[in-house]
Amino acid sequence: MPDPFLQVDNLKTHFAVERGLLFRRRVATVKAVDGVSLTLRKAEILGLVGESGCGKSTLGRTILQLIPPTEGTVVLEGRHLTALRGDALRKARADFQMIFQDPYASLNPRMTVYNALAEAIQTHLDVPKSELPGRVAALMERVGLSPRFIRKYPHEFSGGQRQRIAVARALAVEPKLIIADEPVSALDVSIQSQIINLLAKLSREMDLTMIFIAHDLSVVKHISDRIAVMYLGRIVELGPAEEVFLNPVHPYTQALVSAVPIPDPERERQRQRIILSGDPPSPINPPAGCAFHPRCPHAREVCQAAVPPLDPVEGVKDRRAACVRLPEILEEA
Amino acid sequence: MALLEVSNLQTHFHTRNGVVRAVDGISFAVEKGETLGIVGESGSGKSVTCYSMLGLVPKPPARVSGQAHFDGTDLLHCPPSVLRGIRGKRISIIFQDPMTSLNPYLRIEDQLMEPLRIHEKMDKASARRRAVEALDQVGVPDARNRVRSYPHEFSGGMRQRVMIAMALITGPELLIADEPTTALDVTVQAQIMELIRDLQRQLGMAVILITHDLGVVAGFCERVMVMYAGRIAESAPVDEIFHQPCHPYNLALQQSIPALHHKGEELFTIPGVPPDPGRPIPGCPFAPRCSHVIDACRTTRPGLEPITPRHHSACLRVQQGDLALKPSAHA
Amino acid sequence: MDSAPANPSNPPAPDTEWLRAEKGESPWRDAWHRLRKNHLAVAGGIVILLMALACFAGPWFLTYSYQEQNLELRESPPSAEHWMGTDKLGRDLLARVLSGGRVSLQVGLVATLVALTIGVLYGTVSGFLGGKTDALMMRIVDILYALPFVVFVILLMVFFGRNLVLLFLAIGAVEWLTMARIVRGQVLSLRKQEFIEACLALGLPLRRILLKHMVPNVLGPVIVYTTLTIPQVMLLEAFLSFLGLGVQPPHSSWGSLIKDGAEMMEEAPWLLIYPGTLFAVTLFSLNFLGDGLRDALDPRTSKD
Repeated sequence: MPDPFLQVDNLKTHFAVERGLLFRRRVATVKAVDGVSLTLRKAEILGLVGESGCGKSTLGRTILQLIPPTEGTVVLEGRHLTALRGDALRKARADFQMIFQDPYASLNPRMTVYNALAEAIQTHLDVPKSELPGRVAALMERVGLSPRFIRKYPHEFSGGQRQRIAVARALAVEPKLIIADEPVSALDVSIQSQIINLLAKLSREMDLTMIFIAHDLSVVKHISDRIAVMYLGRIVELGPAEEVFLNPVHPYTQALVSAVPIPDPERERQRQRIILSGDPPSPINPPAGCAFHPRCPHAREVCQAAVPPLDPVEGVKDRRAACVRLPEILEEA
Repeated sequence: MALLEVSNLQTHFHTRNGVVRAVDGISFAVEKGETLGIVGESGSGKSVTCYSMLGLVPKPPARVSGQAHFDGTDLLHCPPSVLRGIRGKRISIIFQDPMTSLNPYLRIEDQLMEPLRIHEKMDKASARRRAVEALDQVGVPDARNRVRSYPHEFSGGMRQRVMIAMALITGPELLIADEPTTALDVTVQAQIMELIRDLQRQLGMAVILITHDLGVVAGFCERVMVMYAGRIAESAPVDEIFHQPCHPYNLALQQSIPALHHKGEELFTIPGVPPDPGRPIPGCPFAPRCSHVIDACRTTRPGLEPITPRHHSACLRVQQGDLALKPSAHA
Repeated sequence: MDSAPANPSNPPAPDTEWLRAEKGESPWRDAWHRLRKNHLAVAGGIVILLMALACFAGPWFLTYSYQEQNLELRESPPSAEHWMGTDKLGRDLLARVLSGGRVSLQVGLVATLVALTIGVLYGTVSGFLGGKTDALMMRIVDILYALPFVVFVILLMVFFGRNLVLLFLAIGAVEWLTMARIVRGQVLSLRKQEFIEACLALGLPLRRILLKHMVPNVLGPVIVYTTLTIPQVMLLEAFLSFLGLGVQPPHSSWGSLIKDGAEMMEEAPWLLIYPGTLFAVTLFSLNFLGDGLRDALDPRTSKD
């Protein structure tokens, strides 16, 4: 068994909510990420899905050390990222990059494409100035942009093109891991598929490991090898992408899949929807035990007792789910 | 007679860079109690259409022409007082972002009571009672007490419910829902659409649902209108829109939905970019991106013609009987 | 604009396509166009330029200097010899008004520059560092704000004597406070923008992020506020002069001229009217220009 490319162990990111004018005291804690463990192989694409408040964005940022973790470790190719500080951390960033959600806000409006990409290249690579234009042009072509636009400003591009620039910037430092935080959510449907295709292609060509964060299950299912479903700071289900989608095991995943609208009126009419009651709870006061139990149609008293571990599911290959009642639920079905 | 009849609606914005034809001549009708879906991407003009009808577009820089008859009154040419009497009372709108469409400084109660006090001249006590009832009707738990809260004390889904309550409190005949669930989580989206569906049945009102999501439309609307570049590309009953597409854009939109593809295969993409409403081209606006384009498409601007009495298409080739589109295979 | 993906079977000549690249339109040019359309702002700008020209270059062309006394002609109304009349010591008012204008404008510019430099640095650092440092730095600003400005300046003048440079510094030292607050507010909102997060994710050194990414995007409101600070500073100087704390005779500033003119208002109204009008016109023009700049640079009205 080869060493894992990325290993996340019991990662927790808690934010303090403080009150008081002079003497600030902690009145509450937002447990955005509450104990996540993951292992990724090289060149694997992991899809991370969940609704707002589940902590997927925070998880992505914590792995990249953009937010300091409260507990836990992140190990990339044997290196402890969580132990890095200051300049060492800055230099290490060449290996892991992020693509952000909003193509309108993730580029400096006052920098041309050339300047933005050249700056990225020069941060970690020693490239002589004369070679820069050529390298930038090559980067642009790689993401499907014509180098003709190399001197244009972000506002002169469409949303999809700006996202391509953002991808180019992430690739400029030649990273090994890319975390894409909802990279297509702000784009039109007809452009989304362009960007998804691009990311899939680049991942294959460049042997990139990717974590693809989204709230749209169908988008994630398409590009990912495995899917992790998050709820209130924890992973509740983990397994091969298509399987999780077609045969969800955890009650939350089932509700999530059921809520995705199907563009087929006949099937929409016939389907049995699982409509969850209430709103997704806030990570400030997570319910005791299994965080999902207040909304779970299968909840019983035992669910409140302890946080269910993410255990392998018997009878379903390669699957993990965090539900203590799972064997009984599967039998009832 | 249809509840709403729109003829040749045009909304042109006169900007310093030229004229932007946001809505470029559309005509459609909505019957009493019918659910119509308007589908399109950004720039298609789907939202501007409804805002123009209700006089919610700033005039300059916009110029609105055409007719929009609502139960006999032409909304585009009636005195402002008449329009105000209809807007909020007989035609209501729900907006996309519940964060910004509620007044953060007023209690929910006051905002719910406002339309009643203005349109129905209700006294405070009765209006208050109706407000609690409305909040209850949309599924807000503990309505009696929560009606005194402020918007920021509600979550996104709850706020949208409050918006729906506000829109429906006067019992309108037509509800316009502009991307009501786009800003919400998928599970909340399902709840809200379920709620709108139930209320629509209860009140027998017509609903225009504006969205970019074909899936939402499939589960909710009876008829669908696909818009592109400020014009209607295709309009038909919902089953036919999906199973008998008569416009290449409609078909292409469906094909690019990731849900319909097998894992690993490259997603279908519509080549090119969405059109620039400030620079209209002669001929069919979809021609630069269409895989079925012929020369005539680039020179002749196609009108919206009936293919069957209920199914209209603005594709030249389909109109001429020259093109038969096969619906996308559903995974 | 096309974004046709590079066709793999017909790749563009590498390394040369970019040579034919078209130049983009920077957001600054967009703002410039918008400013040009604002006639009031443009008029204001032109008036300021003319005024500055008159005050700095004008005295070369005059027959009388600002301190030449002609006691026989004291307090004489405007005539062919003295276009604006003379003051109580027979000095040509036109010359005094122009040289006074020079002083007022200088104070306006220099003091504002001092305020600008301190304010931008302080505000950027405070806003970016955030947390307790930011809180501390802003509390200092709050405390300084509460000090009565006049008392402070009087103390300075008393201890260090009255001189022009000190005046600049004193005024600048007060005005930087608001500038710091404005810049800090901008930096705070910018910090949350994803492109700053992207800079951090890239591993850019802090100095580069602040100088190349923060400051250019903060410049908009800074420019606007600077243009609006200059008239405030000039008014402040006028106030000080009115109190007798500003420029000392025989030098003049518009403020001191107005003070003298106010004393002689009934007998020699021209002594008040001319400096007062010119001062007011200058203030108006600067304000119009500042408003125009604010509208032009407001990102909400930009192309997107």
